[in-house]
Amino acid sequence: MSSYNGPAQYGFAERWLPRLVLAPSFLLTLVFVYGFILWNGYLSFTTSRLLPNYEWAGLAQYVTLFENERWWVAVKNLFIFGGLFIGGAMAIGILLAVLLDQKVRQEGALRTIYLYPMALSFIVTGTAWKWMLNPGLGLEKLVHDWGFTNFTFDWLVNPDMSIYTVVIAGIWQSSGFVMALFLAGLRGIDDSIIKAAQIDGASLPRIYWKIVLPALRPVFFSTLMILAHIAIKSFDLVMALTGGGPGFSSDVPATFMYSMAFTRGQMGVGAASAMMMLMTVAAIVVPYLYSELRGSRNG
Amino acid sequence: MDNQNKAWRFALYAVLLYAAVYYLLPLYVMATTSVKSMDEIRAGNLIALPMSITFDAWTKAWSTACTGVECGGLSRYFWNSVQMVIPAVLISTTLGALNGYVLSKWRFRGSELTFALILFGVFIPFQVVLLPMAQTLGWFGLARSVGGLVFVHVVFGIASTTLFFRNYYVSIPDELIKAARLDGAGFWRIFLKIVLPMSTPIVMVVLIWQFTQIWNDFLFGVVFSSGDSQPITVGLNNLANTSTSVKEYNVDMAAAIIAALPTIIVYVLAGKYFVRGLTAGAVKG
Repeated sequence: MSSYNGPAQYGFAERWLPRLVLAPSFLLTLVFVYGFILWNGYLSFTTSRLLPNYEWAGLAQYVTLFENERWWVAVKNLFIFGGLFIGGAMAIGILLAVLLDQKVRQEGALRTIYLYPMALSFIVTGTAWKWMLNPGLGLEKLVHDWGFTNFTFDWLVNPDMSIYTVVIAGIWQSSGFVMALFLAGLRGIDDSIIKAAQIDGASLPRIYWKIVLPALRPVFFSTLMILAHIAIKSFDLVMALTGGGPGFSSDVPATFMYSMAFTRGQMGVGAASAMMMLMTVAAIVVPYLYSELRGSRNG
Repeated sequence: MDNQNKAWRFALYAVLLYAAVYYLLPLYVMATTSVKSMDEIRAGNLIALPMSITFDAWTKAWSTACTGVECGGLSRYFWNSVQMVIPAVLISTTLGALNGYVLSKWRFRGSELTFALILFGVFIPFQVVLLPMAQTLGWFGLARSVGGLVFVHVVFGIASTTLFFRNYYVSIPDELIKAARLDGAGFWRIFLKIVLPMSTPIVMVVLIWQFTQIWNDFLFGVVFSSGDSQPITVGLNNLANTSTSVKEYNVDMAAAIIAALPTIIVYVLAGKYFVRGLTAGAVKG
């Protein structure tokens, strides 16, 4: 508490001005984040369908939600997409960071190339991959032209595989970001540890595996948090790439909520699914925030 | 030993170059597809170089392509995004700077809790505020307008801009502030004369971060706008998913590049700050 304002030290204005400056943002947050969460929560306990309707319905909308096959497809997809997307982006990102850390030439140029997809919107990424994965003229035709005429790649229009196309595009967009985070972490490690281990005769892979990567545990953890967060929120990529289709085979909770609340007149079910998403995020984020904020106070 | 070392370096560069090709390929495919004619696209393949370059797809994407019922290309959407992004970025950045300043240099009883409450806004899945927000914008008369989008982006941008500025301002020595106060400088003068001149890097980071976030947003755009107030991302999605008799992939790709160009340019010109913004939130210095 380095700059706490003692009551006798400064004038009335000096003491209240900071609070006054913070007040608008604080009030906006209070109303539009916490107030809206409560409001949306209340909506999920009402009979709202096409229009909001504040007649109490208890858990009826949640029952409807849990009996809806499409919701479970969306949840399953989130697990498939989340797991593969996080795993894939992590593996590629960490590998590239470690390789870039070997004092390579043109490191800056390579870094720029690996990271530029992060500057694109998921809508652009989705549009581009939709064209490349298109079964008629895209990748499939390219491989046919190379002489492999039996090759088929119809994931985009195959209900069993459509969610995996979202994984491919998602990893392409976000793995460079993981690379940037880990490279920043690697640069923060003291070189003398590595030198000492090399003098002891340890091989480079062993040094990374035993010493360097374990030292990056905090980076690993926060990257995991961010990717999980991106995965749960992912909406635009699915919309642009598959539109949740074919059918609803590549639906995720975010697209499910959108279609229930805004295109299919099932407002209560939409509100209930949004609450489920919030609780999932809160279960991950609240403990993390708590440890971060507590840590920074002692740090 | 030396040979082994050479082989290892060679393998290292091979993997790094292979990765570079993997990241660049979609961009290459987008660019080449956008300057081919549809006949050539049907005849050739994904990675073939264009035999003749034509910019017809670009002019069509910009001014005549159909996006649902309308057929005016992306230009209108592009200007909507420009009108949306400028005020939204400036207002949310200004508020973030002031909040960060208070939360790091003028702490009071409860300011840490206030910060934690604001910070939670970074993480909420926005699905949970869409329905109430749609109603509220209606009450304010801001529904389906660019002004409404600016408001939404400001409200939900405050959390991250505050976080960026607070974390940066914590590293400014308190002694500087104390000394200035002893000289009789007040809240605003310290901010304008001492803190703000030291803020250039973080201001760049936040401006770029917010610009990228808001320009690339699709969720708020698709929910809170319609017809003549929709941003570029919605325009692109409408264009790419409009079912016409013939799918024109060259127009889709030109449109995708148009939508991506502003953020790509910012990334190329100020990549350093972009990376800093991405890593600032995640890695504790």
